[in-house]
Amino acid sequence: MGEAIVITSGKGGVGKTTTTANLGTALALQKKKVCLVDTDIGLRNLDVVMGLENRIIYDIVDVVNERCKTKQALITDKRFDCLHLLPAAQTSDKSEVTPEAVKAIVQELKQEYDYIVIDCPAGIEQGYKNAVAGADKAIVVTTPEKSSVRDADRIIGLLEQEEMESPKLVINRIRNHMMKNGDMLDVDEIVNVLSIDLLGIVIDDDAVIKASNSGEPVAMKPNSKASLAYRNIARRILGETVPLMKLDEERGVLAKVKKFFGMRT
Amino acid sequence: MAANVQKVMIKGTRDGLTLHLDDQCSFSSLLKELQNQLSMNGLTDEHPMIRVTIKLGNRYLNEEQKEKLTEVVREKQKLVVEKIESDVLTKKEALEWKENTEITPLAKTVRSGQLVEVKGDLLLIGDVNPGGQIKATGNIFVMGSLRGIAHAGFEGDTNAVIASSYMQPSQLRIADQLSRSPDYESEGVYMECGFIDESMEKIRIDRIQEVVKKRPDLVSFERRMING
Repeated sequence: MGEAIVITSGKGGVGKTTTTANLGTALALQKKKVCLVDTDIGLRNLDVVMGLENRIIYDIVDVVNERCKTKQALITDKRFDCLHLLPAAQTSDKSEVTPEAVKAIVQELKQEYDYIVIDCPAGIEQGYKNAVAGADKAIVVTTPEKSSVRDADRIIGLLEQEEMESPKLVINRIRNHMMKNGDMLDVDEIVNVLSIDLLGIVIDDDAVIKASNSGEPVAMKPNSKASLAYRNIARRILGETVPLMKLDEERGVLAKVKKFFGMRT
Repeated sequence: MAANVQKVMIKGTRDGLTLHLDDQCSFSSLLKELQNQLSMNGLTDEHPMIRVTIKLGNRYLNEEQKEKLTEVVREKQKLVVEKIESDVLTKKEALEWKENTEITPLAKTVRSGQLVEVKGDLLLIGDVNPGGQIKATGNIFVMGSLRGIAHAGFEGDTNAVIASSYMQPSQLRIADQLSRSPDYESEGVYMECGFIDESMEKIRIDRIQEVVKKRPDLVSFERRMING
């Protein structure tokens, strides 16, 4: 019996899809059976980021409307046999599926896979409700900006009403020099306000954009900082204890973060 | 025998007159007796207005009856009914009273988009994040960071206060007063308390220790009884 994790944020453009793609890839790298589910119906792009767009035949709406079996809609990744994708539909909208239907699909997939990673659309309406319905765990993605932290807070409030364990936090797009100057909210401050466990931090890396344009998740690259960050997050999900990535050589921020985790500096 | 017992007893006090009304007889006979008694006392025009407190004993009057009673007393030009006291409460009043005098403890983080509303005082163990809102008819005490909106005394109690371990609110509201945080980025303050400053007629923030001096009856039951 697998575990379903929903990746959500409230605000758009903070990196939900990128996180989903890379987390899935990183888990597959650890030889886990993973299925990615895109619930952003009408605005799908998880398949694009994964470079699997031209292989789509059936999508999630076809599965819900019983035009095909769940297995028929699944696309196998070109890099890993253990990684599959259930794509969203491009031609319908979010009202086409119900939370119950998504839940049923996720339940079915959980029998086969170790991890189901669900990509949630932005917003807190129907699409969000669909995505969250079947999930056992949630990861909230935010960036070090006030507006996205505010939306993350809202989403955490909504997730707390669901029957799942307390969500975990990923802070994306960290720009080192800005955080150092105090022009960006620092990691400590964000964790303090949101008061949930930090799962990982991802540095803003040009390689991420390059990778998603070429349909090759950045987690495949061996030596980019963002890649390492995603692989660390995957290892933490698997239960390993991995220290937070060093932001820079300055001790200040790092010491604070480590202090938060109760680690020796 | 009942006819011999005085149904209306009038006593003069420093604050005016107190009417003790018998609580055993019928309401109509009480009114009649009152009319008789009051018409006996002829007062000259030179007297100032006299304030009257009516004590009902163990008698419950509804609003209509109270109105009638007040009318009878008011017919005498120089008498003004200040208040009507009864030893009896209806269940509904008692419940409301209880609600308004209780402290409601709550352990959670009030996040953006969430609203917590309580009767009486609110004791929040946790933070109020930006975009979150808490409301109470009485005081608000936050053991955590207050970064959202807090509204104390939202039914009009201007004596209510808002205290917080860490105060960086976007807005403080007390009764019908409102104050908001400055437009520039500002640091929060620790262990402070917002209250309405009567002399300036607006919300001020001061150290909790100072506010306790200004509101010595902050937690006493009587204060909450009267305001409730």
